[in-house]
Amino acid sequence: MSHATTEDTGTSDLTAAQPVAPKKKAALSEGKKAERRLGWLLCAPAALTMIAVTGWPILYSILLSMQRFDLKFPDRTEWIWFDNYVTVLSSPYWWDAVWVTVLLTVVTVAVELVLGMALALIMHRALVGRGIVRTTSLIPYGIVTVVAAFSWRFAWTPGTGYLSEALGSEPVLTEKIPALMVVGLAEIWKTTPFMALLLMAGLALVPDDLLKAAAMDGASAWQRFIKITVPIMKPAILVALLFRTLDAFRIFDNLFVLTAGSQGTSSVSMLTYNNLIKGLNLGIGSTMSVLIFLMVALIAFVFIKLFGTAAPGSDDGGKR
Amino acid sequence: MGATRRYRLAVGAGAALLAATTLTACGSGGQGITVNVYKYNQENFQAIVDSCNAKAGGRYNIVYNKLPREADGQREQMVRRLAAEDDSMDVLALDVTWTAELAKAGWIKEFTGSVKSQVETGTLQTPLDTATYEGKLYGAPDNTNVQLLWYRSDLVPTPPKTWDEMISMAESLVAQGKPGLIVGQGKQYEGLVVLFNTLVNSNGGTILDENGTKAVVDDKAVEALGALKKLATSKAIDPSFSNSTEDPARLLMESGKAAFELNWPYVYAAAQKKPDFAKNFKWAPYPTVSGDAAKVTVGGINYAVSNYTTHPDEAFDAVLCLRGAESQKLAALKDGVPPTIKSVYDEPEMVDAYPMKDDILKTLESASVRPRTPAYQNVSTVISTILSPPASIDPKATADRLREELQNALDSKGVLP
Repeated sequence: MSHATTEDTGTSDLTAAQPVAPKKKAALSEGKKAERRLGWLLCAPAALTMIAVTGWPILYSILLSMQRFDLKFPDRTEWIWFDNYVTVLSSPYWWDAVWVTVLLTVVTVAVELVLGMALALIMHRALVGRGIVRTTSLIPYGIVTVVAAFSWRFAWTPGTGYLSEALGSEPVLTEKIPALMVVGLAEIWKTTPFMALLLMAGLALVPDDLLKAAAMDGASAWQRFIKITVPIMKPAILVALLFRTLDAFRIFDNLFVLTAGSQGTSSVSMLTYNNLIKGLNLGIGSTMSVLIFLMVALIAFVFIKLFGTAAPGSDDGGKR
Repeated sequence: MGATRRYRLAVGAGAALLAATTLTACGSGGQGITVNVYKYNQENFQAIVDSCNAKAGGRYNIVYNKLPREADGQREQMVRRLAAEDDSMDVLALDVTWTAELAKAGWIKEFTGSVKSQVETGTLQTPLDTATYEGKLYGAPDNTNVQLLWYRSDLVPTPPKTWDEMISMAESLVAQGKPGLIVGQGKQYEGLVVLFNTLVNSNGGTILDENGTKAVVDDKAVEALGALKKLATSKAIDPSFSNSTEDPARLLMESGKAAFELNWPYVYAAAQKKPDFAKNFKWAPYPTVSGDAAKVTVGGINYAVSNYTTHPDEAFDAVLCLRGAESQKLAALKDGVPPTIKSVYDEPEMVDAYPMKDDILKTLESASVRPRTPAYQNVSTVISTILSPPASIDPKATADRLREELQNALDSKGVLP
């Protein structure tokens, strides 16, 4: 992935959510109207396809979440409106999963930000072997998550694993806190390069002249970093944080392979999978999916509205 | 004129060609019926399929489709495809606990008429019970399984008869500084449910009512919880019991640290690779909790026929062959799975491979079935979650919690952990 594509996706995703200043309405000429109609017609097929493949499933799961719908008891299907939400929101299993997910998200994203920034600075400043440095640091991100998770699991399994051997052959994946630490470690190892990539795009925005001028004025390296680099990079940092938070919140594959949710390590996605796919309870499972959707939407809202996340380089992005 | 004639000729030839291909298609269709069997990866199953194909004499061809090793993975694949009414699955190898769920959902066909009587003739009763739901037969038992008590005859001259006796014998061995641990399955998974179900039934207790619609967990079940807690908190229990499955238990026993092992008969074949250990490795019926005999939880596999199959007659016919006496004997000798047809146990070759076959048969006669309910998956998840770790069971409070959460699971109301 190059900088350009990262920035592009960032722009298209995020500017759409930005408040658009109301424009003055002018009477449109006939030609303009026809042009606009043609525009609608041309984008209609794409828009309809989008609605069919994303809008309908979302609507369908909302409908399912308001029904008692269990494939095991097909004859007991009925509309129960918000009973499923009451059931899920009053379940200790759900709240355990929420806290596990929040904990994993906050810890891993925080560590990834620090490590990712360090990695980005190294990649940005590397004088020799820039290509090699960048390629090697991206390797973990290039490995399929499930494959990486399996290698972590074997590494931590007493008897077969090198990490387990090296650290006293305790079965760490069999207890809640150590297991969560391993999951977090695997997650950080895996996605720090992604964080670094996004941050590096931000570093490219910092003008060298500015840094040189500050150095002339006697600013230390730390002061230059905090007072100049970070403020200019802020949009890129926020975008990176937003992306990673949304991703981390939906953690599934690492957990599925490493603990499969045992010892109270279920994340919200894991719990949803257990109810929806294993338990065949479409009602409860869909309710959980809708709740995850709402939480993810809330995270995005907080980032965009309160922190003013915008794509790096977009109009009001760099302003403080 | 000439052109028209050529055109007609061409059309005629085309029509003839079309007719010919249609005819051959029909002909090959009659003989080319494929019966797709979905079963876990059983090492020597292809040999059984091949011999059944030879017997079918071209009426149909059985194709073995391998499912994942883990039970959850098998169930997930089959259930997902059944929910989508996939007609490419014909015969399904089901774990004994899935019958009710698939039958209730209308995903598998009932066995009726002569097929039913052929399945029932000579088959042991408990395995048949696992394939029965609401009085109807939905599966043909393929193999079965029961746990026995395995012990070290050099440490324990006469095996214990009761649960308490086993624990006190083990504790006195440990007190003397001898290897006296008890090993079994205490991890949060199906194995713990098997242990719990054995203890409850052996004590004459009930987990769910007869119809599988109401959570009972009566006083006898509370006593069984006490027995499980007693084992889990004993000085003689394997320290990693709360995380132990079948194989870690077997390995600990083979390493010489334990005197008693509650496990499936496959440990016998495994032990023969270590002659020093095997010479003192003996078996006895499962210890009783109360009453004359333990009611040990039965495991195993039943064949069912998908409701969406396009050729049910051939599928039922294939099932009869795949689980026939000859096939079961081959599976028992090559893959080590106990048969469900009684006469197979009398085959001469079985003496060497199954020296404990009489005890297996006897245990099967009084064996118990896990709760029969469409919501079994939920029930099992709830039980193993609440009972884990077994050492922190508080019989009365745990039973109350079980009753409440099991009822929710049965009503498909609660959230699965």
